[in-house]
Amino acid sequence: MLRRISVSWLLAPLACLLVIQPCMAQVLPEDRADIMVHSYDGGGVTVTGPSLLVRKKVTKDLSLTANYYVDSISSASIDVLSYASPYKEKRTEVSVGADYLLGDTILSAGFTNSNENDFKAQTASFGVRQEIFGGLTVVSLGYARGWDQVGQITDLDFSREAEKRLYRLGVSQVITKKFVMNMDFEGITDQGYLNNPYRQVRYEAPGAQGYLWQSEIYPETRTSGAVSLGGRYFLGEGSVVYGSARVYSDTWGIDAWNTKAGYTYIHNKKWIFDASYRYYTQSSADFYSDMFPYVDAQNFLGRDKEISTFNDHSIRFDVTYDFAVDKWKFLERGTLNFGYNHILFSYDDFRNVLEGGPAGTESFYDFNAGVINVFVSFWF
Amino acid sequence: MHRLIRLLLIAALLQVAACSSVEPWVKPYERANLATEEMKFDRNPVCESYMNHVYEAREGARGASGSAGAGCGCN
Repeated sequence: MLRRISVSWLLAPLACLLVIQPCMAQVLPEDRADIMVHSYDGGGVTVTGPSLLVRKKVTKDLSLTANYYVDSISSASIDVLSYASPYKEKRTEVSVGADYLLGDTILSAGFTNSNENDFKAQTASFGVRQEIFGGLTVVSLGYARGWDQVGQITDLDFSREAEKRLYRLGVSQVITKKFVMNMDFEGITDQGYLNNPYRQVRYEAPGAQGYLWQSEIYPETRTSGAVSLGGRYFLGEGSVVYGSARVYSDTWGIDAWNTKAGYTYIHNKKWIFDASYRYYTQSSADFYSDMFPYVDAQNFLGRDKEISTFNDHSIRFDVTYDFAVDKWKFLERGTLNFGYNHILFSYDDFRNVLEGGPAGTESFYDFNAGVINVFVSFWF
Repeated sequence: MHRLIRLLLIAALLQVAACSSVEPWVKPYERANLATEEMKFDRNPVCESYMNHVYEAREGARGASGSAGAGCGCN
């Protein structure tokens, strides 16, 4: 299915872009710098760190971008407490990219390197973007290839590899003078070692506890497709409502959808307030079970809560303050930004084994998470 | 062969519909509202990228979570 989509339907628009007579002037993204501090706290896991993003035009045709991002993780999640010990680790991600204006087309390329003590990942990406229909439509195509190397800190000889291919088609469409929509399709294929080497599944066993643990076993391939549709509607000066919806399906049997609605309001041309609500739900993978009937019960075994049946609700608030930069002649604009996102995860077939009691009768797990991001942005 | 025909048909269709022959129903001078700060799909890319990462690490679904086509045709 995905192969047909990737070859025919993704190449078709590409062919079109090559034959369409371009007519509108594209522009490169603005020069800006963002310095952010982020924090996630929920389910016994805290993740904090900085992110620095800089984008700068070096010529009138070429814009370069660089991003430095760090996750400092302290984990005592339910998975860790069930069969391992709390841990701390650090992930560092560095990305570089370039956008080149060629006539009326923007060509993009990027490379990302992510590094932690037991997982390394490299991703190369390419994209093309063009306006058509008198500038009312923007079509973008993207391809990315990723290479992962999975290790294990308890076994330094352990090393596995996985590869990823990503195909993307995006369309942004002006509908009316006040209404813009966009559509995004993304197909992803993985091949290789897709397990988490530390994760375990439980199975029924005699004894006081009623169960034992064994290592999870995931399929070595996964193909997924996701389509999203979103829109923004201009209500009046400084007032916008927006919404989006996405459907998702993959070869592991996970079907998911989510929707989001929000409102943006600008006060006094200095303050930007944004509030939104997001709902997400998914079914479990075919090889997921909270407790298998016996050891090695299936070819593939999974008990990660991320592949179980669950839903989550998010409420998010963002505030931006546009501050004067008159004193600094080299700056055009500056903003201070604060965002808070509260997420409630509720699982339908993942039980809280930390509760104890008869195996398989524990209550279903749920937890809240708070996500904070504070950042300053400069345009120059 | 069918794939080639399909490609040529779609290419021909879009060629006909391209800007040289289609009058934009929203003129460039009518797009002021679409070019405002509050109408941008990706007003803060560093923040959106981070939130996508937060969700993708905890949810089974992946992809198509960003602001796809980008831009509003306002340029």
